[in-house]
Amino acid sequence: MAQATAQPADSLDRRYGQTQRNDRWWVEPLLTGGGLLIFVIYSAISAVLGEQWAFETENHLLLSPFFEPLITPGWLPDFISPALFILWAPIGFRTTCYYYRRTYYRAYFLSPPACAVREPAGSYSGEGTFPLILQNVHRYFMYAALVFVPILWWGAIKSFHLPGEGFGIGVGSIVLTLNAFFLMMYTFGCHSLRHWVGGGLNSFSKSSPRLLRRRLWDFVTIANEKHRRWAWTSLIWVGFTDLYVHLVANGVVTDLNTWSNPI
Amino acid sequence: MADYETHEYDVLVIGAGGAGLRAAVEASAQGATTGLVCKSLLGKAHTVMAEGGMAAAMGNVWPEDNWQVHFRDTMRGGKMLNNWRMAQIHAQESPDRVAELEEWGALFDRTDDGRISQRDFGGHRYARLAHIGDRTGLEMIRTLQQHAVHRGLDVYQECTVNRLVKDGDRVSGAVAYWRESGKPLLFRAKAIVLATGGLGKIWSITSNSWEGTGDGHALAMYAGAEMIDMECVQFHPTGMVWPPSVRGILVTEGVRGDGGTLRNSTGKRFMFEYIPPMFASETADTEAEADQWYNDKTVRRTPDLLPRDEVARAINAEVKAGRGSPHGGVFLDIATRRDSEYIQRRLPSMYHQFKQLAGVDITAEPMEVGPTAHYAMGGVRVDPETQASSVPGLFAAGEVAGGMHGSNRLGGNSLSDLVVFGRRAGLGAAEYAAGLDELPATDGGEVDEALARIRAPFEGEGKENPYTLHRALQDSMQEKVGIIRTESEMLEALDDIAELKERAANVTVEGNVQYNPGWHLALDLEHLLTSAEAITKGALERKESRGGHTREDFPGPSDEFGKVNVVGTLNEEGTVDVRQEPLPEMPAELQRLFEED
Amino acid sequence: MPNAHLRVWRGDEDGDYVEYDVEYEEGMVVLDVVHRLQATQAPDLAVRWNCKAGKCGSCSAEVNGSPKLQCMQRMEQYPEGETISIAPLKTFPLIRDLVTDVTWNYEVAKTIPEITLREREADGTHRMAQIDVDRGQEFRKCIECFICQDVCHVIRDHPENMDDFAGPRFFVRLAEVSMHPLDTNPKEATVQHGFGLEYCNITKCCTDVCPEGIHITDNAIIPLKERRADVHYDPLRALGRKLFGGRS
Repeated sequence: MAQATAQPADSLDRRYGQTQRNDRWWVEPLLTGGGLLIFVIYSAISAVLGEQWAFETENHLLLSPFFEPLITPGWLPDFISPALFILWAPIGFRTTCYYYRRTYYRAYFLSPPACAVREPAGSYSGEGTFPLILQNVHRYFMYAALVFVPILWWGAIKSFHLPGEGFGIGVGSIVLTLNAFFLMMYTFGCHSLRHWVGGGLNSFSKSSPRLLRRRLWDFVTIANEKHRRWAWTSLIWVGFTDLYVHLVANGVVTDLNTWSNPI
Repeated sequence: MADYETHEYDVLVIGAGGAGLRAAVEASAQGATTGLVCKSLLGKAHTVMAEGGMAAAMGNVWPEDNWQVHFRDTMRGGKMLNNWRMAQIHAQESPDRVAELEEWGALFDRTDDGRISQRDFGGHRYARLAHIGDRTGLEMIRTLQQHAVHRGLDVYQECTVNRLVKDGDRVSGAVAYWRESGKPLLFRAKAIVLATGGLGKIWSITSNSWEGTGDGHALAMYAGAEMIDMECVQFHPTGMVWPPSVRGILVTEGVRGDGGTLRNSTGKRFMFEYIPPMFASETADTEAEADQWYNDKTVRRTPDLLPRDEVARAINAEVKAGRGSPHGGVFLDIATRRDSEYIQRRLPSMYHQFKQLAGVDITAEPMEVGPTAHYAMGGVRVDPETQASSVPGLFAAGEVAGGMHGSNRLGGNSLSDLVVFGRRAGLGAAEYAAGLDELPATDGGEVDEALARIRAPFEGEGKENPYTLHRALQDSMQEKVGIIRTESEMLEALDDIAELKERAANVTVEGNVQYNPGWHLALDLEHLLTSAEAITKGALERKESRGGHTREDFPGPSDEFGKVNVVGTLNEEGTVDVRQEPLPEMPAELQRLFEED
Repeated sequence: MPNAHLRVWRGDEDGDYVEYDVEYEEGMVVLDVVHRLQATQAPDLAVRWNCKAGKCGSCSAEVNGSPKLQCMQRMEQYPEGETISIAPLKTFPLIRDLVTDVTWNYEVAKTIPEITLREREADGTHRMAQIDVDRGQEFRKCIECFICQDVCHVIRDHPENMDDFAGPRFFVRLAEVSMHPLDTNPKEATVQHGFGLEYCNITKCCTDVCPEGIHITDNAIIPLKERRADVHYDPLRALGRKLFGGRS
């Protein structure tokens, strides 16, 4: 590789200061970092509380997505939340997600805090060494996340059918449906998925299976271009969905619905 | 005497645009040790500004196309002043050069069956321009650059050659300086290829960057080479006219090739009024026929795509008649003729350029355009086969060479010219170098003279500012030796040039030798003035209107001047002498191609 | 005519900002104002430029701290009276004023594998569909302004990494080679260790500053990271290769 005529980075400070930017470059990392932090704290509380804070309505109509599908084996001690069986997948998926990496490297690692703003760390080795080299497992979390897409849709569909009462619509069922949709759009915009469905190919025109993969790639590209938007929408909404189901399940709010029998 | 570094090569190529890079690649492939010198960073040469495409009769879109048709189009576009053999070689070899670029990584736009797509352009009978959106020049230079760096050439970037050195009659080297440090260098070489591009910076409204200062034209003249038809300068019909800071920047002919049309302030498509007799039989005279032509090549083509000289004169006349746009141009409208998606796909950099620089959305409103000094058809007189100049060991290719394009160049013929003749120059130079056992001498005192000349602006006592002198030359040439010329004005221009030459001797620059643009301009002034003089003298000599050369006092073409090249050389006093010499005679079998006219 | 208050870096490493007032006209860009400054007050002001139309990538500098092409920054975007700071690219060694030594980029360019196409078809052509060249054409819009190299914190803040890191511009080149429909370089050639792809933490500043709008991170770097994971970090694929041979 090329020999650089490297200069010590601190001479840059001497020459130009940490940054000459005069815009409010610190707003974005502050907002995104703060937003992520709020979500992490909330979801940790919700997950850890488990059974101690009801996460499913008594009529089994609404189940928080943090617990979908509900797995409660007999051997599970009471103090361990069933969210344990679920949350490893979305946590792993989002933690290794290329978009979230950008966000938390900027906001928490300050590496860099913003473009053309000097980062504080004295040395840097990127994602080439442990533990960050593990970010390469993103594709395996993507496979897992794909499994959760139909599961969440199934949960949403179930919420339109009250046992014994039949089909109906409630605010809760709409909330769950939107949740499934947003998570699907976030998952379908995954960079690893984009690579998997077609991005790994170099020519698409040679055969019809390849053309099909090109179509899939185009589709994923559409979602991928808005990956940030879907990442945030789905994150905020899944948190809200969990909160909503808790509130309904604990009788704090009433789910308005067509069965007209408040739960 | 002064300290300088010395480098030795079989072949030294000056200029790293399309022609220079291709010449260097070829010389090196022939086994010659090769050095490549360029004024800018590698890959920044003016070739990147070429937009529309590269003409080559591949017949991918219209199988009817072949080299004879391309040859005929080129000769007719050049008003038969072209060197027929160059035009023939160019038409025959350009398809191979396109294929070669593809082999080296260029990603041309494709046809439905996966071949290289070709687009319509002015003066070309069939859609013939291989292209990549509207950034074909960038693709060419990047491809050649990437190919070249793997060939092990030595590249001297941001290094300016100021003088050639001779050993008796033949060239033996070049004296240059690093722009960065100001330190001088001597290149000793068996053969030198000039590929320095153009001289647009002689005029105030030009599509050329700061590099287009006629260095190669002047270096060749200082070395005693013959120039031909320097008066033939192309004013591209469509340059931006607003805002002032981008005045002259090119708007690709591809806009018209893809359906854009020129309108005056009354909304009229005025080109129908300006169809010259020579093209009447193949140019549409109704709007319906013109619009049909884009999809149906059996009808006659739109007059919007007449050769550039015709269109530039038409725009000039409309503006003079008071039918111009608010900023002194005319309207170029593609917004009402093609949908937004099509425009953005076919003309992405035009879209970008107008949006960012003029605040104009070309998918919604018309552009304002006007003529801009664009291209030198004239240049170093060369042998068509080898690109050898009249000075042994000195070769020239690309814009700095003359003859290929006659009195007017067709759009798209420049990119192909660069690689066709760049390759031939590299080949010619390598063969010539192989015939020499040792490097010719550089000890005749010319090196010291050149070094002193380079330092002079720092030692002058005069107070002339190089920027002021350059501005004065540009204003004079723009006004007096522009699109429309007359004898009295050109004589005035010659006086201006003589005066500016004297003042240029008194230029003094401030600061030091490190990356000092004032100093660089001071050194380029001499080249600009010498080239401007050659153009003006040639323009006075050619008493007719032909192609890019339009005389108000001799409005039509003349049979007498249609048969001669105007040859220019520098005399002992350092001024330009011109004379007429007959054009090389075209063989009968090629002449037959023109009989149907 | 409005007046621009400029703060321009003058001199070499030991230089400093110098303040100037320059009049400008409607429609001018930062580079025009710098040229006017050069023609009237500071004839030896060093600035690199060529095309003045955003096509050559020569006039890169840091305007108000952000890397930009000076020729594409219209003056209208800056409130009148506000100081505009113009500094050289900070990642590369300074030569003088606004000009830096970008040689490093040209050295890296030599290390990128050369595109080597497979044999032509029987009719002498290469056949590639437009949908196969779309991706490569995006990459080849690059004008080599090196703004992405300048903004990349991997080398901007840690110049010692320059020896092992090719930088965003050359990841685009690698992607171009890797994704060429007819290229015959082995898959590993573009994703091998040594180009420093693993240094990139996809913080996307390169994409944010690209004047050509190339999706450097999403379309070049991340796909390369995925291709690299295929080759180096995917145990299932490695197992598949072991069991079935081939190149999955």
